[in-house]
Amino acid sequence: MDIFLQQIINGLVQGSIYALVALGYTMVYGIMGLINFAHGEVVMIGTLVSITVVGLLIGAGMPAGLAGLCGLVVAVLVCMGLGWSLERVAYRPLRGAPRLTPLITAIGMSIVLQNLAMILWGRNYLTFPPLLPKVSFELAGTHFTLVQVAIVAISAATMGGLLLLIYRTKLGMAMRATAQNPAVASLMGINANRVIAAAFVIGSALGALAGVMVGSYYEIAHYQMGFMLGLKAFTAAVLGGIGNLAGAMLGGVLLGIIEALGAGYIGDLTGGFLGSHYQDIFAFVVLIGVLMFKPSGLFGEKAGDRA
Amino acid sequence: MKNWLSPRSTAGLALIAVALIALPFVAGMGGQAWIRIVNFAILYIFLALGLNIVVGFAGLLDLGYIAFYAVGAYTWALLASPHFGLHWPVWAILPIGALVACLFGVLLGSPTLKLRGDYLAIVTLGFGEIVRIFMNNLNAPINITNGPQGITLIDPVSIAGLKFAGSTPFLGLTLTGAHKYYFLLVALAILVVVINLRLQHSRIGRAWQAIREDEVAAKAVGINTRNIKLLAFAMGASFGGIAGGVFAAMQGFVSPESFSLIESIMVLAMVVLGGMGHIPGVILGAILLSVLPEVLRYSVTPVQMALFGKTLVDPESLRMLIFGLALVLVMRFKPNGLWPAPESRRPAEATR
Amino acid sequence: MSEVLLEARAVAKHFGGVKALREVSLSIRRGEIYGLIGPNGAGKTTFFNCMTGLYVPDGGGFDFAGAPLLADAPQQAAARGIARTFQNIRLFGNMTALENVMVGRHVRTRAGVFGAMLRTAATRAEEAAIRSRAMELLHYVDIAERADDLARNLSYGDQRRLEIARALATEPQLLCLDEPAAGMNATETGELRELIEGIRGDGTTVLLIEHDVKLVMGLCDRVAVLDYGALVIEDVPAVVQKDQRVIEAYLGG
Repeated sequence: MDIFLQQIINGLVQGSIYALVALGYTMVYGIMGLINFAHGEVVMIGTLVSITVVGLLIGAGMPAGLAGLCGLVVAVLVCMGLGWSLERVAYRPLRGAPRLTPLITAIGMSIVLQNLAMILWGRNYLTFPPLLPKVSFELAGTHFTLVQVAIVAISAATMGGLLLLIYRTKLGMAMRATAQNPAVASLMGINANRVIAAAFVIGSALGALAGVMVGSYYEIAHYQMGFMLGLKAFTAAVLGGIGNLAGAMLGGVLLGIIEALGAGYIGDLTGGFLGSHYQDIFAFVVLIGVLMFKPSGLFGEKAGDRA
Repeated sequence: MKNWLSPRSTAGLALIAVALIALPFVAGMGGQAWIRIVNFAILYIFLALGLNIVVGFAGLLDLGYIAFYAVGAYTWALLASPHFGLHWPVWAILPIGALVACLFGVLLGSPTLKLRGDYLAIVTLGFGEIVRIFMNNLNAPINITNGPQGITLIDPVSIAGLKFAGSTPFLGLTLTGAHKYYFLLVALAILVVVINLRLQHSRIGRAWQAIREDEVAAKAVGINTRNIKLLAFAMGASFGGIAGGVFAAMQGFVSPESFSLIESIMVLAMVVLGGMGHIPGVILGAILLSVLPEVLRYSVTPVQMALFGKTLVDPESLRMLIFGLALVLVMRFKPNGLWPAPESRRPAEATR
Repeated sequence: MSEVLLEARAVAKHFGGVKALREVSLSIRRGEIYGLIGPNGAGKTTFFNCMTGLYVPDGGGFDFAGAPLLADAPQQAAARGIARTFQNIRLFGNMTALENVMVGRHVRTRAGVFGAMLRTAATRAEEAAIRSRAMELLHYVDIAERADDLARNLSYGDQRRLEIARALATEPQLLCLDEPAAGMNATETGELRELIEGIRGDGTTVLLIEHDVKLVMGLCDRVAVLDYGALVIEDVPAVVQKDQRVIEAYLGG
């Protein structure tokens, strides 16, 4: 039972990170129907930028917490800029192009960003300086650290903020309207370009936050880390029903928990046949399973064929 | 196609044939490595044309195509290597590889093909990863795939006593292993081109294109979209399986590393960048995307030396950086691909 | 009177709380031109979609040529002999006009993958037959000269004709046209009328959903009127035109 609860907690932490990244995928997909493959790399850039900034500031004698905050702010700003330029330079000229064209562009941008990061930060693993004191708590037989608490709390607060932004502001309304029907939205005087740019910028900011969290959680970072993380997060978005914000959040958390439980129990379940190396499979097996029964994801709207 | 036997086409075909025969010897002047690069280009043509059936004709976005290639490669590796002590002949393994890959295609396709485009994409992507992870880990408790180390000492192709590994004298020339594989690959590539062309202009090919264009209308004219899509998936998978077998034999070695997602993405990029559904375009895309990284591999360092007198930037990442930029730029300026299908099959007139 | 080709038995369909069809029963006789009219949103297209298997009815069902139609199986509707066109034209845009019609032959032909790869004599013969039949149909609807143009480059009127040719290629016993005259001018509507009469003359039963009441009344042997998902009347045009309920439905009374 302790292991069960412990894995739930671990899954919740990982899942919060997936959820933040998944939001970036789902917002862009919901508004323009594009799988932004480069989003995982944006997250990676966020982590690496924050490592550099935090390292410099701590080297200059700043306390770790404050340095972390500065690192976060810089990473968020850099990623917002990056997301904005991605959209402006790479995707915007492709509106109305065949469906797969922007997908290949996204893949190309992903390759570019990864290799750019490798040139700038090198091919070795970088260590992320600890930002928070290593305090750990014990509750009902489970252990968790301050970092874990912070990750879950900050993610929850951020997602709450995002929901407020989407459901309570004019920009949010414009985004929802464009997602529903771009043609009608533009007739109503909504500037589609601004809405799409906003989706990229907000998504990238969330990605940067997730990047800093991932870095400070595992205390390690690498130029290739964005790829698998992005893939998992995208899976989470699809799991929840892509285009659906709450779906992405729940899908992320759910995926994190499923993975953690799977990794903890797979050996027992298969009589030792499959070991915990199979952890990465869970995301995909669950995804395929869910889509077989709910083709639009857990919380997606049913999109029927209209004659 | 109708004028295949006209003097001009005959001359053109003869010219192509001469060029194809001369190519490995010309490439060989730059060293055996270049023949291998050419061989891989042809293998990618084969793969890309297989995927073209799925993506280009039927419009199904498959991001896990390399899984079928992997299945074919491992089938060959297991049936013709010391790993299990089996050494089956080519004519048995190649069809088995195609069949196993086809089976995997049906297995994946039958529950998932009702999914909408992008959902299908992510499911196929997940499937590709699952296959790779299994290959990586199926070395315990029973050692099937030998895990990350992969399987070595795979038998080369051997047809009628002619071993494809090592050199053979032929008409005063020395044919190396790479030369021989080249001719095998060319034969296979011609076969797949012919099959692609024939399928495209057939009842089934038209049904695929109809589904790609409008699935509802395709159903309304009585096309069983589920079965026809599954057929495309199975066909594409079989081609992937054959390519994988040849790959395993040619390399003599397979490991999960060769079948990562980036490979699936590469093959897809060949199809899209060349011109989806248009066979010459897909061939062009496959050649460019397989040769370009190699050309860059050989040119990035000398160019840096010439410009700056030292290697400023890690050549490996610089070459991938340029590659990524090339993808983005081609899509930016040729969104339909470098060589898309012609707009209309006759000169455009003003619509009345 | 002649035999019944299609019988709808208390067909019901609702979307959430909206009752799009309320137990609609009607029968179409072999060889007639049957009109289905009603104000916007009356349920005409929903009825169509249920019949052709795109929607699964929530109640009732259809009998076609003496045997029930399976729900949720659009490809079987075509095989049984029901062909349709769409209100908002649905062609295979990046295929030529000829290829569009050739796709229509799919359900009446056999060739498989291996036949195509090997180009067997049987496959070649079938392919030639498909092509010549498709060409005949293009001539029939009078757009043969556009055979090699991509469908999406055809004019609106030609696209409508192409869609009819594609439907005819499936050798239907019942051809269902969903607002074929929408967006056409008087001349084009006149030509369309001749075309539909010709099709009936060749022995195909026609079900016509139309907005253009004049066209329906002039062309159809019998007419059914839907309003708010329910059948108001089913009779010959002369009776329907004088029916008080129909007049009210159209005048919004």
